[in-house]
Order: sequence, then structure tokens, then C-alpha cells
Amino acid sequence: MLPCRAALLAMLAVLAWFALTPAFAAEPLRMSTTTSTENSGLLEVLLPPFEEATGIRVDVIAVGTGKALKLGENGDVDAVFVHSRPAEDRFVADGFGVGRRDVMHNDFVLIGPASDPAGVRASGDAAHGLRRIMDTQAPFVSRGDDSGTHKKERALWRAAGRDPAGNWYLEAGQGMGAVLLIAAEKQAYTLADRGTYLAMRGKVDLPVLLEGDPALFNPYGIIAVNPARHPHVRHDLARKLIEFITGPRGQGIIAGFRIDGQALFYPDAMPDAQPAR
Amino acid sequence: MEFLFASLSAAAGLLTSGDPEVTGIVWTSLWISSTATLLAALLGVPLGVAVAVGRFPGRGAVLLLLNTLMALPTVVVGLFVYGLISRQGPLGEWGLLFTPAGVIMGQCLLALPIIANLTVSAIEGLDPRLALTCKTLGAGLARRMLAMLSEGRAAVMAAVIAGFGRVIAEVGVAMMLGGNIRWYTRTMTTAVALETSKGEFVLGLALGIALLVVAFGVNAALFALQRRGT
Repeated sequence: MLPCRAALLAMLAVLAWFALTPAFAAEPLRMSTTTSTENSGLLEVLLPPFEEATGIRVDVIAVGTGKALKLGENGDVDAVFVHSRPAEDRFVADGFGVGRRDVMHNDFVLIGPASDPAGVRASGDAAHGLRRIMDTQAPFVSRGDDSGTHKKERALWRAAGRDPAGNWYLEAGQGMGAVLLIAAEKQAYTLADRGTYLAMRGKVDLPVLLEGDPALFNPYGIIAVNPARHPHVRHDLARKLIEFITGPRGQGIIAGFRIDGQALFYPDAMPDAQPAR
Repeated sequence: MEFLFASLSAAAGLLTSGDPEVTGIVWTSLWISSTATLLAALLGVPLGVAVAVGRFPGRGAVLLLLNTLMALPTVVVGLFVYGLISRQGPLGEWGLLFTPAGVIMGQCLLALPIIANLTVSAIEGLDPRLALTCKTLGAGLARRMLAMLSEGRAAVMAAVIAGFGRVIAEVGVAMMLGGNIRWYTRTMTTAVALETSKGEFVLGLALGIALLVVAFGVNAALFALQRRGT
């Protein structure tokens, strides 16, 4: 019977296909991280030396900090590299993560149209600046995605004693890059991490209106997923990665990472690390 | 206009450069989507033939269900499979999340209703005398189904092509279940989404054009196969 043989052949072909594809090869180390570390291009220079030195492949899932931590809670990744200190501390306190280390920091900046209709430039600090934006109903684009930047933005609104709502307040629900583009198109204000802002400077014609407020400090931490909670995670590999990133080699790469001559991140685990490259 | 021209020339450059990353992305897309389509066809075509030929209670409901499932948004399929294969889910220990196999599962579910539905239409569109003739010649149900499948193979092939079209073009499942991991699960559509989010519109559109070229190649091959078969 011809059709039967064809069906059998097709099934054999499928099996052979599966045997030859990389889907079932040994599983690599998995790290969830924020869009800012990937969109800025940092991971592209930070991870290859680790992969070469150890032979461990790192699969990066770049999402917002909220989702990155959620993936860690569920045990779907081996390590998380994020930027929201309160959420990170909760993650560790709830037993999902172990061995949190400071990696680096940069800062957030409040950017907006050069004409600055709300007068953010003259406001002095972030809380005051946000209050002015709300009071003048000037358009503001929020990440709206529970990312580290969004968590920071909400904390700033709380500090400003305001609950932003209205058609001037746009919740995009997208990554930092996309939000910067939306803000530029709409000539709106937004809160951005300096790394992504610098990486996209050529595409976004919004100047920095407010910076340097201690409330805008943006520290990044790396945490291994707790092997006691999720026995299947590759904890030894995660520890190796954390040691590399917080060690002299990784910290040097972070210190030396520049776009147009501007440093994007400052190492925190070894603040005096020699810039590599 | 400048943007479109720049994208076109960038696309031509990308496709001819042999850049290992671009070739890798194209290859990942192709094999993930073809495997998913193949699996969906192995399940969906027999299902479609059975529904078309069979007369059983609840047949109307099955047809209605298959039709409704064609409207499934990709992110819903993504979420559903995510719940199944996350470490917290029932299939968690297989570790399929953020692997090509996870994407294949989701895309297979996406293509299945399309292939099954269009197969039903293909078989129902056949001359009704075919089934009768088979029956009077004493063919059993299985033989009858095979005969009809063989008779309607061109239309069934079209069903499979439609299924492939849906999965190679979708981004929801590939993003949620694959995670857009560089060198591993980054497909053409998730790469376009990534480049768009970074504001690299020219590169994004260039990848989109590359996707069309690749889809054209696959469809041309299947088309030739279909022609030869009839």
C-alpha cells in the first residue's frame, strides 16, 4: 500500500529531523535580564569572553525586570540580572534567589522636548519635576510594563505625592527602546535609564532635562536562582557567571564599555577595575 | 521613501552577505516552522479527513470548534503552552521552555486547526460519487479515507502551505516560548520585533523582506511539488 509507506517514510523523516537538530543538545546556562542590558549592547561584549573562557553558553532572555524575576521564581532561568533593589531584596527574602551581588550602576534621566513646556529643567529634583508635568498635563510616556524603570517611575510618583492618570499619561507597555521612540514621536516626557538613552541618542531628539538627583540612582544586581527551591537549576554554572561578572575581568569590561566615548555603566563590585579595551 | 529604499538595499545586502548571524536566524526560522508544520500536518490531515468522511454525533460541534480555533491569537497559544512547559507546569521537568522544541509545540497548535479545517473543505469538495464508488466496491473506512486523500491531495497540500504561512509569519509564540535568544531561538520575526524596539527600522524591515524571500522559496518548492503531483 503506497500511502501507508509514504506515511511511514514521513514519520521516519521527522524522527531523523529531530535527531539532527540542536533542540535536544545539552542545555546551556539561562539568564533573564532587563532590556537595558541587552538593548545597550553591553551583553554582547560582556558574555562572549565568559563563554570562551569556560565553554558555557549563556542564553539571554531580555524582558522587563518584573518578568525577569518572575522567570526566576518559576525556575525557568538559572540567574537573573536586573535593576530594582526593592524587588531584588524581596526575591531573595522570599527564598527564590541566593547570593545577590552588586554589579554596576548608572542613573535614570528625565528627558523631554527641548522647549520643556512643563518647566522640568528648573524644578530641581525628580519629584518636583514630575509634579510639574502632571500639573501642566504635558504628555508623559510610561513604560507601564512592571520593568525596573517602571518600578522606579512609580516610586518617584509616590515620592511626588501624585497618582498619574489622564489622557496625558501614556502607558506604553513596551521596552525602553520602544518607549524612547514613542516619546520622541509624541514630543513627550519620559524616564529613561542613561545606558539605553545614550545607545539610542541618534534616534531620539529629546534632551536630558533633569539628572543627578540621588533618587535617580540605578543599581544593577545579579542573583542566582535558589537551587534548594528549584533543584534542576544549574547553580554551579550560575555561580561561575556571577563570579566572572563581578570579578576583575567582567568589571573591567563594564568599566570600558563606551558608546561615542561615553561610559554607560559604572562597576560596583570592584569600583576600581581597570577599563578593558 | 528613502527609508524603504534603504531597507530594500539593506535586505539585499543581508541576504547576499552570508553573515553567520543572519543565516542562522533564517535557518532557525525555517526549521522550527517546517517541523511545526510537518507535525501539525501529520495530526491535522488525518483529523480533517476523518471529520470530512465520518458521520458521528457532535460532528457539527467539532467543525465549529475547529473553525473557532483558527481565530486563536498567537499570544494566547503562547500563554497556554507556557503554562504547560514552564518549570511550574505539568510538563515542566522536560525543560522545553525557551528552546526550539517549545516554539515548535506552540506553532504546531497554531497550524493544526488551519490544516484540519482546510483539509475538511478539500475532502468535502470532492465528487461525492467517489466515496459511493469506493463503498460499493467494498472498501473499508480506512481505504475509503486514503482514496479520498489521494484524490484531494492538491487541496490538502494547499492546506499545509497555509499552515506553514501562518507559523513562519507569527511572532507571539516564537517570542513567548522561544525567548528570542541570540544564536538559539531568535527567528526572523522575533529579530524584526527586537530591531524595531531598538529603533533599527531599516534593519528590521530588511529582515522582514528577507522573510518574504525565504517564504517565497519554500512556497515555490511546495508549488512545484503540488503541480507534479496532479
